[in-house]
Amino acid sequence: MPVRMELLVCGGTGCQASNSNRVLEVLREEIKNSNLENEVSVLMTGCFGFCEKGPIVKVMPDNVFYVEVDEDSARKIVAEHVVKGRVYQEKLYVEPDTNEKLPEQSKIPFYKKQIRIALRNCGKIDPENINEYIAADGYMALGKVLTEMTPEGVIDIVKRSGLRGRGGGGFPTGVKWEATRKSKSDIKYVICNADEGDPGAFMDRSILEGDPHSVLEGMAIAAYAIGAQFGYIYVRAEYPLAIHRLRIAISQARELGLLGKNIFGTDFCFDVEIKIGAGAFICGEETALINSIEGGRGEPTVKPPYPAQVGLWKKPTNINNVETFANVAPIILNGAEWFASIGTEKSKGTKVFALAGKVNNVGLVEVPMGITLREIIYELGGGIKGGKKFKAVQTGGPSGGCIPAEYLDTPIDYDNLTALGSMMGSGGMIVMDEDDCMVNIAKFYLEFSCDESCGRCTACRVGNKRLLEILNKITEGKGEMEDLEMLKELAETVKDSSLCGLGQTSPNPVLSTMKFFYDEYLAHVRDKECPAGVCKELLKYYIIPEKCVGCTACAKVCPVNVIHGEPKKVHVIDRDGCIKCGQCYKTCRFGAITRK
Amino acid sequence: MIKSLEELKKIREQYKDTLQNREAEEKNIKILVGMATCGIAAGARNTINAIIEEVRKENIDNAVVVQTGCMGFCYAEPTVEVRMPNSEPILYGKVDSERAREIVKRHVKNGEVIREWVLRG
Repeated sequence: MPVRMELLVCGGTGCQASNSNRVLEVLREEIKNSNLENEVSVLMTGCFGFCEKGPIVKVMPDNVFYVEVDEDSARKIVAEHVVKGRVYQEKLYVEPDTNEKLPEQSKIPFYKKQIRIALRNCGKIDPENINEYIAADGYMALGKVLTEMTPEGVIDIVKRSGLRGRGGGGFPTGVKWEATRKSKSDIKYVICNADEGDPGAFMDRSILEGDPHSVLEGMAIAAYAIGAQFGYIYVRAEYPLAIHRLRIAISQARELGLLGKNIFGTDFCFDVEIKIGAGAFICGEETALINSIEGGRGEPTVKPPYPAQVGLWKKPTNINNVETFANVAPIILNGAEWFASIGTEKSKGTKVFALAGKVNNVGLVEVPMGITLREIIYELGGGIKGGKKFKAVQTGGPSGGCIPAEYLDTPIDYDNLTALGSMMGSGGMIVMDEDDCMVNIAKFYLEFSCDESCGRCTACRVGNKRLLEILNKITEGKGEMEDLEMLKELAETVKDSSLCGLGQTSPNPVLSTMKFFYDEYLAHVRDKECPAGVCKELLKYYIIPEKCVGCTACAKVCPVNVIHGEPKKVHVIDRDGCIKCGQCYKTCRFGAITRK
Repeated sequence: MIKSLEELKKIREQYKDTLQNREAEEKNIKILVGMATCGIAAGARNTINAIIEEVRKENIDNAVVVQTGCMGFCYAEPTVEVRMPNSEPILYGKVDSERAREIVKRHVKNGEVIREWVLRG
């Protein structure tokens, strides 16, 4: 009896953390109790991206998308939807503007503008079953390449497609492959860079968890194009589920002969090994990554020579990011022209972004290049949390910058973001609202870069440290006007003189916030005020006498007893002893306490 | 072991059906089976399973088969509605598994409305 209905349960790390494993068990139990286990099946797929509303359960072919499913609602979904054919209304997505319930995934604003290429199978197939990947045209591109195309032909298609590296720099993938092909050597390597380290970014993890074969297929195609026989996937130990699914995928591919010797009956042999990294951010830099695989310290080396000439074990090596590899098979199957028809003039195809911060719909989106920041934040993202005012969006992680409201209508591509002093990076996108202090944000990213600097070159090791000291001084209210000049000059020096990409970009958060939010820096230095009310040392709490009714609530809650006053009379804060904990501010029901 | 592109295509064919349900959004023919209590009591489960089997057997890959709630024709259960592109939906009554297979073969595959079983449309 063919299965007539399937319940797809999101098995991404996010949904698993909110108990989707248990939801899956309950669905299976209930379906079995209803004697429907031969007709209705439940399976775990990769990430749907809508992490804000997880766990997600999608019922097919009915095409009904349930959100925030727990054990109890899982039982109801079986009783109502599966058994009686009635959509269980309680767990449909509700459009906040109209209060309308939207059962269809494609009608939900979060999905409307998405085009899924790299994420094509995430949420559709069982990532632990190679047959499902094959049913979705998996390994067809590899078969086509090996049996019908020359390596030069493959490189030509990838070049013409306009695919650029999705891991940060945006270097044209086909050009990189060509350079590695041209290097003469019997042994060459392909490396998949899965050392995703930007705070808040999880694009690569979701692809590896949701569709690991797409990465293996892309790597094998790259290996054929450049003449490599062996590949490594460098993935961080913090991604246990991704590693688990990759291992399953590799062993299944080996069993079917899609990895190993004489693939598709040709002379081409290729196999891969997983290398688990210890989680240093610097190991995402390709030369540091190579050192780490070789067993050395994760420190970068001077380029040139590029890995395409002298790479892993001194052999020519091609390194691409996870998302880049996931794009390769569709390009081979659908053609360079198809891919190049999506996107902008110099940035083709789509990009996956991890949308985070003060936005209503946190999650993973894949959108065509050229979409505006406004569309992503206000349409897909559903606007700013709590109806607050948008201040900036941070793209590119610790290497990127903050983009203010006046550039919300900029079409997103590699070059536009760079021109704004930020970068595409791997695709982190953190939205900030009026309550975020931009000086503090710059400090946060700089702290990250200081922690993650490998210490090899002075500019990055010492320069970032000094930058951080200046920022600390400013946020503590000890900043002077000369500090601002010093900050800018030093930031530019670090940028110009660092050895690798980390130091060359780590001052970007400082420089971009200084460029777009200079008034906030001035307020901190000149007026000793933090306009967003974040920097604790600069805060001063006041009681507004007109609003104070003398209820004594603030005095009772103050841990250091510096609020004085008699009942039913106006209270005052003795600021000398105040530790600025903010308890009084949170407690006052009359809005009588203010901070500046 | 896959040793040629042909062998890969064979596996793809073999497992093609596993994704049929999940590709429902791309399909333009919809077959709905009334599966409320009255429908189930009248044997709608056999009906829907027969339809799905027949759809797969006839290699109709642009049709999606879904269950739906009560359509109000309790005297004529099981009921089946066929929605073809660019034409009015047709509702059939008293569809047992034999009728179901006929409807798939004649209506869904060849576009012939089987008048004598039509309730509405």
